[in-house]
Amino acid sequence: MNAPLLSRPVGRRDFLKFTGLAGGGFALAFYIRSGNDAVAAASAASATADFAPNAFVRITTAGKVTIVSKQPEMGQGVKTSLPMIIAEQLEVPFKDIAIEQGDFDLKKYGNQGAGGSNSTPNNYDSFHLVGATVRTMLVDAAAQTWGVPASECRAEKATVIHTSGKKLTYGQLAAKAATLPVPEKSAVTLKQPKDFKLLGTRVAQYDTPAIVTGKPLFGIDVKLPGMLYAVYEKCPAFGGKVVSANLDQIKTLPGVKDAFILAGNDKVKELVPGVAIIADSTWAAMSARKQLKIVWDEGKVATESWDGFVAQAKEKAAQPGARVLRKDGDPDAALAGAAKVVEANYVYPFISHANLEPQNTTAHWKDGVMEIWSPTQIPTIGTGMVNRVLGIPPEKIILHLNRAGGGFGRRIGADYLIEAAAIAQKVNAPVKLTWSREDDMKHDQYRPGGLHFLKGGIDAKGKVVAWKNHFFTFGEGGSPGSGGSLNADEFPGRWIANYQADQTMFDTGWPMGPWRAPGSCVFPWVFHSFIDELAHAGGRDPLELRLEILGDKDEMPAGTPASGAKGKQNAAPYNVARMRNVLKFAAEKAGWGKKKFAKGSGAGLAFHFSHRGYFAQVAEVTVTKDGELKVDRFVTGADIGAQVVNLSGAENQVEGSVLDGLCVLKSQEINIERGRVVQGNFDDYPLMRITEAPAKVETYFLSTNYPTTGLGEPALPPVAPAICNAIFAATGKRIRQMPLSRVDLRWS
Amino acid sequence: MPKYTLQVNGQSRSVDVAADTPLLWVLRDHLELVGTKFGCGIGQCGACTIHVNGVPSRSCMMPVSTVGRMKITTIEGLAVSATKLHPVQQAWSELDVAQCGYCQAGQIMTAAALLKDNPKPTDEDIDGAMAGNLCRCGTYMRIRAGIKLAATLTPATGGAQ
Repeated sequence: MNAPLLSRPVGRRDFLKFTGLAGGGFALAFYIRSGNDAVAAASAASATADFAPNAFVRITTAGKVTIVSKQPEMGQGVKTSLPMIIAEQLEVPFKDIAIEQGDFDLKKYGNQGAGGSNSTPNNYDSFHLVGATVRTMLVDAAAQTWGVPASECRAEKATVIHTSGKKLTYGQLAAKAATLPVPEKSAVTLKQPKDFKLLGTRVAQYDTPAIVTGKPLFGIDVKLPGMLYAVYEKCPAFGGKVVSANLDQIKTLPGVKDAFILAGNDKVKELVPGVAIIADSTWAAMSARKQLKIVWDEGKVATESWDGFVAQAKEKAAQPGARVLRKDGDPDAALAGAAKVVEANYVYPFISHANLEPQNTTAHWKDGVMEIWSPTQIPTIGTGMVNRVLGIPPEKIILHLNRAGGGFGRRIGADYLIEAAAIAQKVNAPVKLTWSREDDMKHDQYRPGGLHFLKGGIDAKGKVVAWKNHFFTFGEGGSPGSGGSLNADEFPGRWIANYQADQTMFDTGWPMGPWRAPGSCVFPWVFHSFIDELAHAGGRDPLELRLEILGDKDEMPAGTPASGAKGKQNAAPYNVARMRNVLKFAAEKAGWGKKKFAKGSGAGLAFHFSHRGYFAQVAEVTVTKDGELKVDRFVTGADIGAQVVNLSGAENQVEGSVLDGLCVLKSQEINIERGRVVQGNFDDYPLMRITEAPAKVETYFLSTNYPTTGLGEPALPPVAPAICNAIFAATGKRIRQMPLSRVDLRWS
Repeated sequence: MPKYTLQVNGQSRSVDVAADTPLLWVLRDHLELVGTKFGCGIGQCGACTIHVNGVPSRSCMMPVSTVGRMKITTIEGLAVSATKLHPVQQAWSELDVAQCGYCQAGQIMTAAALLKDNPKPTDEDIDGAMAGNLCRCGTYMRIRAGIKLAATLTPATGGAQ
């Protein structure tokens, strides 16, 4: 059965056509709008004011096809993959298409945020319709030119061909097509998946030529005439304020143009107080910074330390949690009656995003307009902050989107953007703010750490009959940090008859923010490790026990998410059939249960559903007697629906997630002492090196009859538990602490 | 400020900068060569890797005053010609190695130097040579494959070495 192409209704969308938009050339431009049909005839001017178009195609009379990519590119590949969808329907060879990064323009493009693995699912159907509609108009233009029925014409390689063999190129047809009415959706025939020639193939990123030759591309590469360079020193302790600084001395240093204090807006994730140094080069600013002498008022956060909270958690673990997130059945009675009870404590630290491109933004304040160039994931967060903190009206803010040297959720925060804009307001020139690596590591918005105190009960057959968890998390301003709130529906909640999850939060002044797969990036490590403990306690095969827990039902309805649940896409009904199938699929690809491993080697598995994707993974590892971990093979089974868009990009995202998960497990740890981060650079916060990468990473996509969904996040969550379960199989050592650099893996 | 004349990508380039300015910032801020990237400033990540007399070096750790007449090659000068990429650049393009791409100039410079010394590297040789270049996105699997592919392509005869 063929998967339905338009798996969700596109809704009340239509297209608006504008002509003559390309300077001098005659062009067709198509927007998708989300208003009602009555407004479809509105003029271009009012259309841009009233509608939320989300795609833009331009064809010149010279035949040049340009697609504007509206979503920010940060390595997730959308600048290539989303235009591929339009190209497929438009019948233009991908190599002949120019792709432009759209500037931030809410009215023109609608939602331009990139995050939550949403770019593909949010645009997939509408981009098919965009491409097909443009193609339909070109075919109609040819049919009218020739006086033949459109049904006798077909489009191929940017040309319309009549059954007689007559041909006209898209360039030749552009002027005529521009005069035609935009067809109703019902008059547009979508190319079907069986006819796809481009989607599902491997296409190199559009920016590859620029990347491999070192062309300016990233935010940090921006250079404007007369531009100055800024650095910004903040208090090492979160929330600290500047009392005084030796500004007069700094201003005398070579290359320094100015130095001043910004008071900030008392929000640790917005405009943080600090001292700005403006110079004629980055190095002059960095050099002057070494001479800074600042008196700080460190404030009350400087009393808060990770170790202190951990000690408190251990004291409170046996008490009821501050909140009961979920309670099903009678967990205490079930534990009392269980054949065996397993107790275990798991702990993981705060971690940093560590984008390789340090945070940066260029801003120019001129004539009441703030023009900004920034590598940002969600433009509206930055522009909203500029509006709110600096009082600049939205129509006076221009934001250009630069390629970002890694996102991982960090660039959803816009602290660096507001710093640059606030600095620019005091500088009579364009100014580029560049953070040092130490700024980046000490002033990130961290993935919160956590502790889980678990009790599980199994019956005489090894079936899981009870599960209790007291989870300690970290919050800011009274709410758990991003990704730090356990969803009441989180697996295995809903699947175990006697289940209780309690949550106790430590309120801090520490900045926290979304980190790749927030709310999913670490919980599965705890829960799939503990399920493995229960499997071994009951003498059950880890795969077979997981299938027993998932059960026979095909769908698990969403429960009642507690307040602070992590987002609607994850609180959606859980398609158990998809998870079962992909789990069996991954196990089969890996040859689960068929291999014999020598002592020191073993296999482990885990699965997770998040960000609309169903993933199961099998790790095969070897641990040497002196404790060195090698991942010999890592197999991923993925169900992201019917269609992989760009196979090269898709595999790259999964491989990257596998390596990211392994990297976090092995070495990532942010320690906070006295309200400040201990680590500062890659010497004490080591990223994984090539020598630690797995020998083999295999990715298999299971095509299913469901909407196509995104890949930036969902491959990451099961990585760490699969590896830790393999470590247990190899060595008998259960990993209950991240990172592994704190764990002795030696065995004899 | 002292004036330095540097040999960059086959051209003489003069700059007026402080003696302790790292070559990285001379390239980026003064010579409009921004392909060489700033990642850590302490020689840990390799994003700033360039060739100095053909040897891969960390430009963030190299004061401009120590460069003298040594021949500097950056990512912008690696291609054989305007139309012919270096085999490593070709392989990177063909295999779509990059994700965000920020580290890749440094990766490519290190890989090119490896292949010059060792045209048929083993897996161990590759890991050993590339261990100083971090990739936050996790493209190491493709970097390994890219170097193996590049080793099969026509060796570079040109490039500003």
